[in-house]
Amino acid sequence: MADELVSVVMIGLTHYLVVAAVLFCAGVFTMTTKRNAIGILIGVELVLNSASVNLVAFDRYRGGGAMDGQITALFIIVLAAAEAALAVAICMNFYKNLATIDVDRGDVLQG
Amino acid sequence: MAPAACGQQFAEPDAAGGEILSGPWLSGVFEIVMFYLLALATVISAVGVCVSQQITRMAVFLFFALACVAGLYFLLAANFVAAIQLIVYVGGVLILLIFGIMLTSKSPWVRFDARKGELIAAGLVCVGLLIALIVVLLGTDWGPTGAQASVVPVEEIGKSLLTRYLVPFEAAGVLLMIVMVGAAHLARQEKK
Repeated sequence: MADELVSVVMIGLTHYLVVAAVLFCAGVFTMTTKRNAIGILIGVELVLNSASVNLVAFDRYRGGGAMDGQITALFIIVLAAAEAALAVAICMNFYKNLATIDVDRGDVLQG
Repeated sequence: MAPAACGQQFAEPDAAGGEILSGPWLSGVFEIVMFYLLALATVISAVGVCVSQQITRMAVFLFFALACVAGLYFLLAANFVAAIQLIVYVGGVLILLIFGIMLTSKSPWVRFDARKGELIAAGLVCVGLLIALIVVLLGTDWGPTGAQASVVPVEEIGKSLLTRYLVPFEAAGVLLMIVMVGAAHLARQEKK
């Protein structure tokens, strides 16, 4: 009993991994249920953040002094910013062509 | 130059019989309280993103989620990553998303709702995934988690970016240039 209390109270690797898992599932739910294209992008950002939290947590607790996880998290942030910029440009084109941001209306290619 | 530790390191036994090196980057109670506060705020913000019906509310909840993740990075002794998260994510990507929201909606308060069946299916899958992930995470032995007790100085990150991570660094630069050109082209105004 005292062991479990200690492992809950003393912040360890699993605490951060659980937070990242919640972020990931929230992002996946957002990506699958939102009809607004920007809402889907917001879900993607949540998923990317969960990956970054995982990497930095592993770097701190299992990294052995190396900063590989932190640098990978930096690259993830860079890539996420680039992808968000492009995706917003695509959404703006979508809106320009279809007069709505509802992705369910983008069915021109649908059989 | 060795990274400066914020105090003395001491070893104490952990529940698994190994040793946790605790250096007071943050000591004891403060770290525990701040972690639980930030984790709770992150989870609430993430769930808020899921359940919000209006896109602007989702953006605000995303803002809080990103800021709380930056706080978690500070707790993980990743100061530079936390600062970059605040500058780039909150101050860049989020602003860009808000621009996107404002430019692609007839009114910011418009809402599209998914069908009930879709919501239930997605909810079941995501909750199942979360439960599976948590069971696996809590059940795995992650080995000796020796804590790196000191903050990595920015100078070391800079040196590492230019030596060990030079190729990804340059590739990221090329990628950013391509993305800049592509986004500017995609979002151009057509001359009538």
